Amino acid sequence: MAECHPVGFQWVMEAKARGATVIHVDPRFTRTSALADLHVPLRAGTDIAFLGGIINHVLQNEKYFHDYVVAYTNAATIVGEDFRDTEDLAGVFSGLDREDKSYDFETWHYEGGMVQAASGERDQVGSERVKESDGAGSDGARSDQARSDQARSDGDGSGGRKSRASGVKRAARGEAHGSGGAGISGEFETDETLQHPRTVFQILKRHFARYTPELVAETCGVPEETFLRVCELLEENSTPERTSAFVYSVGWTHHTVGVQYIRTASILQALLGNIGRPGGGILALRGHASIQGSTDIPTLFNILPGYIPMPHAESSPDLTTFVSAEKAEKGYWAELGSYLVSLLKSYWGPAATPDNDFCFDYLPRLTGSHSSFETVMAQLEGECTGFFVLGENPAVGSANAKMQRLAMASLDWLVVRDFSLIESATWWKDGPEIETGELRTEDIGTEVFFLPAAAHTEKDGSFTNTQRLLQWHHQAVEPAGDVRSDLWFLFHLGRRIREKLAGSTDERDRPVLDLTWDYPTKGSTDEPEAEAVLAEINGWDGHGTPLSSYQQLRDDGSTACGCWIYCGTYADGVNQAARRKPGTEQDWVAHEWGWAWPANRRILYNRASAAPDGAPWSERKAYVWWDPDEKKWVGHDVPDFSPTKAPDHVPPKDATGVAALSGTDAFIMQADGKAWLYVPAGLTDGPLPAHYEPQESPVANPVYPEQRNPARQIDSVVHPENRFQPSGDEPGAQVYPYALTTYRIAEHHTAGGMSRWSPYLSELAPAMFCEVSPELARERGLTHGGWAHVVTARNVIEARVMVTDRIPDLRVRGEVLHQVGLPYHWGANGLVTGDAANELTSLVMDPNVHIMETKALACDIRPGRRPRGPDRPALVESYRRRAGITERTGVDDTGATRTGGTA
Amino acid sequence: MGIKTWIESWPVYRQLTDDDPLGRGSAAKSRTSSTLRPRITDADHVTKSICPFCAVGCGQNVYVKEGKVVQIEGDPDSPVSRGRLCPRGSSSLQLTTGDAREYTVRYRRPGGTDWEDLDLDTAMDMIADRVIASRAEGWQWEHEGKRVRRTMGFASLGGATLDNEENYLIKKLFTALGAIQIENQARI
Amino acid sequence: MTAPPRMGFFTDTSVCIGCKACEVACKEWNAIPADFPEGGFTGTSMDSSEGLGADTWRHVAFVEQRRPLGGQDPGVPRTAPTPHDVAHLDVLSLAGQGASSAPAHIPASPAEPGPAGDFRWLMSSDVCKHCTHAACLDVCPTGSLFRTEFGTVVVQEDICNGCGYCVPACPYGVIDQRKDDGRVWKCTLCYDRIGVGAEPACAKACPTDSIQFGPLDELRERADARLAQLHGAGIDEARLYGRDPADGVGGDGAFFLLLDEPEVYGLPPDPVVTTRDLPRMWRHVGTAALALVGGVAAAFASTIVTGGRRR
Repeated sequence: MAECHPVGFQWVMEAKARGATVIHVDPRFTRTSALADLHVPLRAGTDIAFLGGIINHVLQNEKYFHDYVVAYTNAATIVGEDFRDTEDLAGVFSGLDREDKSYDFETWHYEGGMVQAASGERDQVGSERVKESDGAGSDGARSDQARSDQARSDGDGSGGRKSRASGVKRAARGEAHGSGGAGISGEFETDETLQHPRTVFQILKRHFARYTPELVAETCGVPEETFLRVCELLEENSTPERTSAFVYSVGWTHHTVGVQYIRTASILQALLGNIGRPGGGILALRGHASIQGSTDIPTLFNILPGYIPMPHAESSPDLTTFVSAEKAEKGYWAELGSYLVSLLKSYWGPAATPDNDFCFDYLPRLTGSHSSFETVMAQLEGECTGFFVLGENPAVGSANAKMQRLAMASLDWLVVRDFSLIESATWWKDGPEIETGELRTEDIGTEVFFLPAAAHTEKDGSFTNTQRLLQWHHQAVEPAGDVRSDLWFLFHLGRRIREKLAGSTDERDRPVLDLTWDYPTKGSTDEPEAEAVLAEINGWDGHGTPLSSYQQLRDDGSTACGCWIYCGTYADGVNQAARRKPGTEQDWVAHEWGWAWPANRRILYNRASAAPDGAPWSERKAYVWWDPDEKKWVGHDVPDFSPTKAPDHVPPKDATGVAALSGTDAFIMQADGKAWLYVPAGLTDGPLPAHYEPQESPVANPVYPEQRNPARQIDSVVHPENRFQPSGDEPGAQVYPYALTTYRIAEHHTAGGMSRWSPYLSELAPAMFCEVSPELARERGLTHGGWAHVVTARNVIEARVMVTDRIPDLRVRGEVLHQVGLPYHWGANGLVTGDAANELTSLVMDPNVHIMETKALACDIRPGRRPRGPDRPALVESYRRRAGITERTGVDDTGATRTGGTA
Repeated sequence: MGIKTWIESWPVYRQLTDDDPLGRGSAAKSRTSSTLRPRITDADHVTKSICPFCAVGCGQNVYVKEGKVVQIEGDPDSPVSRGRLCPRGSSSLQLTTGDAREYTVRYRRPGGTDWEDLDLDTAMDMIADRVIASRAEGWQWEHEGKRVRRTMGFASLGGATLDNEENYLIKKLFTALGAIQIENQARI
Repeated sequence: MTAPPRMGFFTDTSVCIGCKACEVACKEWNAIPADFPEGGFTGTSMDSSEGLGADTWRHVAFVEQRRPLGGQDPGVPRTAPTPHDVAHLDVLSLAGQGASSAPAHIPASPAEPGPAGDFRWLMSSDVCKHCTHAACLDVCPTGSLFRTEFGTVVVQEDICNGCGYCVPACPYGVIDQRKDDGRVWKCTLCYDRIGVGAEPACAKACPTDSIQFGPLDELRERADARLAQLHGAGIDEARLYGRDPADGVGGDGAFFLLLDEPEVYGLPPDPVVTTRDLPRMWRHVGTAALALVGGVAAAFASTIVTGGRRR
C-alpha cells in the first residue's frame, strides 16, 4: 500500500499512531512492511492456505463473533444432502466434470432451495429455470454431455477456434455479482444452534479443520509461531468494541483461484463480525484512476452498466425470460427489470417501447467468454480484425506480452489512443519479435492509427475511486493540436458511423441508428458536454427531471437511467460528483465531498454495524442504528437498509423483493439477506475456497492431492506461444525451480505508459531489475548490480540483479524455496527501458472472472544477459525441451493420482 | 533606474542601513529574489481536479496561467488526500505538459516502415470506414443455431484510465454496433 | 514590520515510507533537470538518486539492516549477500563502465551477515540543513548566498558566478555545481512559496507528514515530544539530528529524527561549520580590511557621479 497507494497509506499511519497494529503479509518486504508492526513473508500463491488457517483457528478456538454470525451470516443455513466437500473427494467438490474443467453445481444448494441458480453460469441456470417454468423440465444432463463433447474436441490442442469455443459454456458472471450475490430462491432450513451437521457452520468447520498451523507452515513457509501471532492479533481486535480491516490488491486477484482468495477473506471477516462496521471491511486497492468506474459502467464483455449481466444466446431470447432468469427473489436484485428497462431507455430512447421489448433484442448476445484473452486468440485466428486500444498498453502490460503483439500483428487495423508512442503503438517497427526475426516490419499488414489523447486537465469528467467515490475533474485548459478526449473520439466516431449508415434498411444497423446520440457540444473542437453524459447515466423520468434514487426506476419505460447504481449522482440536476466541501468543514464521513454509489453511502451493509435489536454493538463502534422514538435508522452514514424497517420486522410469507427482507437481513443485496460463508450459487469453482497451487508451481500441493484448480480456465487459450510448465512432482518441473512473482514499485505506474516518459519518475527507477535473496544469488552465481536472465516456457527476459533480504527465502515442505521478484513497469520505449515481466507470464485464468495468473508462477534464473536475435526463442525452446513440455502439459488434469498432499 | 533607487539597491548601502551588518541577509538580496513570486499566486485560475494515476483519488489543484497549466499540486480540501500527493501524482505536471506528449496523429500504412502524417479529420473518417467494414466482415446473426446479433470483427481494450462518461460512450456505441469484445484493465 | 520567525523542516524518518514524493514534488516545483544515475542502476536498495546535489535537492536514503522490525521470521538463516560483491567499491570503474555494461561490483545492502529473520528498512528524506552558522554563506564572495528573512539559506541564481567556494565549505556536502551551467544549486526551502505563506513543495506532498514545515521553535517542540513518545515506546535508538543549537553548526534549520547513527544514513556524525575559525582570523586582518573598505567606498563614489553601470 505504501508502494502503490502512498497517499492512502497516510490513513494506515494515522491508525497506527492511534494504536492500531499493522500486519503486512507479502512475499517481499516492501515499503509497507517497513512501517508495519509485523511483516509475514509467505510463498506467493498460498494465501488461501494462510487465511484458511486463520479461519480454522477462529473456529477451533471459538473466536468468532457469535451473535453477528448467527444473525447476519448463513452459518445456520442447512445445506442439501448431496453436497460433498473436498474432505470427501480428495480435494475437489461434488459435481466436477474433469474433462470440461467445470462443476455441475446442483449439489451445492441449500436444503429446501427449489431451483438453485447454482453457479456463475447464470445463463445456463436461467435457461433451466425457464424450461422448468415452461414445464419442459431440466435437461442439465444433455447440456453436460454437450459440454463434454465440446471439451474432447479441443483435444487437438491447436489453440484454434474450437478450443476457444469450449469457453462458450464457461462464461462466468463474476462481475455480475459486483453489487450482490447470485440469485437463489426457496425456503431454507436453518438451525440457529449451529449444531446440525449440515449447517454451513459445521461444514465450514470440517472443511477448514485441515488448515492447521503445521499445514500453514508447510504450505506458506510461515513459521507456526508467526502464524499464531497473526491469529491472536486479529482475533483480539475483532470484537463489539474493535474492528479489523483487510486491504488487498491484485496480489490476490491475479490467480487461477483469485475469486476464492477474496472469498476466504470474506468468510474470515464475516466470522469476525468485521463487515458493515466502521474500521472493518475488505478493501480492494485498485490501481487506476477509474478502474472501479470502468467496472461499474463496464468496458467489460460480460456485463452492462450496474453489473447487469450481458444476455447469453442460450438463455436470453427475450426480456421477460432474461429478467425472470437473472433477477433475485429477495433483496434489491429483485428489481432487475426496472434497472434493465431504464438502461435500454437511455440507450435507445423513444425507439425502446413495451411493444419491442424496449429493444432488448438490440443487445448482442454472448456465447461464452469473450474476455480480452479470448480476443487475443480471435485476433491470432483472424476472426477479430480491428482493435481499439484506449489508454492501455497490452504490448507490455498484458500477460504473455508476445502473444499480445502477435495478435496485433494479425489485425487489419489498430487504433491506439495515448499520450506518447507506447509499445502498443510501435511494436511493428521495434518490438522484440523484429529483433528476433520472428516478424518483419514489411510483412506486417496492420494499419496503425495513433491518436494523441487528452489528459485529465484537458477535459471534464468523473473518476470513481477505489471506495466507490465519484469525483469530478474540471477541464483546466484546451487540448492542443490533434489532442482530444476519448469522449470526443467516441462521440464523433459514432456520429460519423451513423452518418455513413444513415438511410440503411439493414436490420443490422437499426441499433446504432436508433441510438440516442445527441449530446450537446462546446468549444472549437465540438467537445461533447461530459455533464450531459453524466445526466444520462444518472437518469430522468418521463418529464426529463433528473432522478435522485434507483428506487424510482420502473420497468414500464417511464424512466431512463444509464447505470442504476449511479442514479442520484446528478440528483436535482446538480453534479453531485463535483461537490467539494472541504474535509475540515464536515464530519469524518465527509458526505459532502463527491458522491459514492449507491445513494452516497460510504460503508456498505452498514445495518450490520448495529446488533439485531438495532442498538450499536458498542458505543465505540456506533455507526448506523435504530432510533426507536423516531422509528427509523439513523447514524453517521446513509443507512444501507429500508429507512423505516424495524429491527423486529418479519416479512409476510408471500413477500418478494425488498419487502421480503426481515429486520435483521443486513446484507440487502444478497438473495437471502445474509453474508455468505458458504456460496450455494454464483461461483464456478466451488462453494468454499480450497488451496490449489498456481498453474505453475515448484511445489506439490501440500494440502490436497489435487495440484491445480480443477476448474481453472485454460483450454480456451492453448496455443504454441502459451505453453505451460510442469509443476510440483511432475517430471520436468525442476527445470523451472523457483517461485516467481510480479509487482509494482512506488516510482512507476502500471506498464509505464504514464511514468516511463516522465523524467522525474524515470530517474528514480531507471532499470528493470529482479530481486533475489543472497542465497539464491549464491546458488545461481548472480552478482548484485550485474545482469541476470529469467526463463519460463513463454520467453526469456533480462534484468539487473538486486540481491536483497527483502525477498526472503522460505522453508516449504521442509525445503528452502527461493523466490524471484519482478516489477513489471518496463518496456522498450520511453526514457528508461527494459524487458517486460509480462513476456514471462501466461494466459491461464480464474474461471469466475477470467483474470489471468501473473502473481505466482515458476521460473529459472541464470547470470548474464539474455541471448539476442534468433537465439532468444531458441533458448526458450531448449528449456521447453528439457522440461518435456507438450501442448497438453499443465492443461490436462489427471485427478487424485499422486500420493502427495496429506489427504 | 533612478540614482536613489540604484543606491538603495546597492548591497553595501543596504548592509549599513538595514538590520544586516554582516551583509549576508536582506542586504544581499538580489533583484530577482526581491521580486520573486511563486507561480501559484500568479495563476489566472485554479481548477479543481483529481489525480489521474491510481484509484485513491487524491484531490488536485491545477494552476493555469495564460491558457497553460503551470503547476499541479494536492488539494488540501480533499478529505481523501488532505493535499498530499505521491511521487506519481506529484509528476502530474510532467505528465500533462512534458516533452513526451504527442500532439499530432501518426499513421502507419500496412507494410509501412515508418510513421506518416495524417490529418485528424481524415483519420477519423478512415477509422469510421474500418469499423463499418470489420463489423460487417465479422457479423453473426446466429452462432451454433442461436440468435446472437453481433460482430466478432472488432474489439476494444481500455477504460480504467478513462472517465465514467467515456466508458459509458464506449459501451453504448460499441454495444449498439454489435461488438461484444469490449474489455479493460479491470480484467488485466 | 516584525521579522517572520525562523522557518525550517523537521523530517521525522520514523514515518517515512520512502515513496520519494518529496523528490518529485521538489523537481516539479523548481523545474530541476532530471539526473539519471551513471550505469543506469545503482543497486543501492531503492535509492537511484544517490545523494543530494545540484539536481537533487531532496534525496531519500534507503538503508537495509539485519535488525529487528517486529516478529517476522521466515525461518531460514541468512548469510552475507554474495561473497564477492561487497568488499571494495571502485567508484571510478563504476563510472567508466557506463550504462551499457553492468558494473561488476556494486555493494549489496545489507552487507553484513545477521541472525535469521531480523530485517528492517530505514528511509530518510535528506535536504539542505539551512545551518544556523552556514559556511557556504560565509565563504560566498558574490553575495549570491544569503540568509532570508525566514532564516533560511538561499542561492540566488542571478548572482552566483559559479566560483564554487561554497562547495567544499559545506560540512554536509549538500551544495553542488551543476555541470552544464557551473552555478551552484540547492534547496531554497521554497523561498518563493513560503514568501506567500505556502508550504514548501516537498512538505506539502509528503503523504505521511514525515516532512514537516513550520517555525523552527514549534518544530523543535514537536520533535522533542515525538522523541519522548518513541523513547517511551522502547525505541531507544531514536534520536534528533541537527536539533541542538549548541552543535557544530549552531543547529540546523532542517533537522531530523533518526532511528540509528547518522552515519547509517550518510550524514556526518558531528558536523562543524568549516568557517568556525574565521572570526579569529578576521580579528587579525581587521585593520587592513577597514582600510580596504574606505578605498572601495571612494571608488564607488566616483562611479556614481559618472552614472556608471555595473555589469
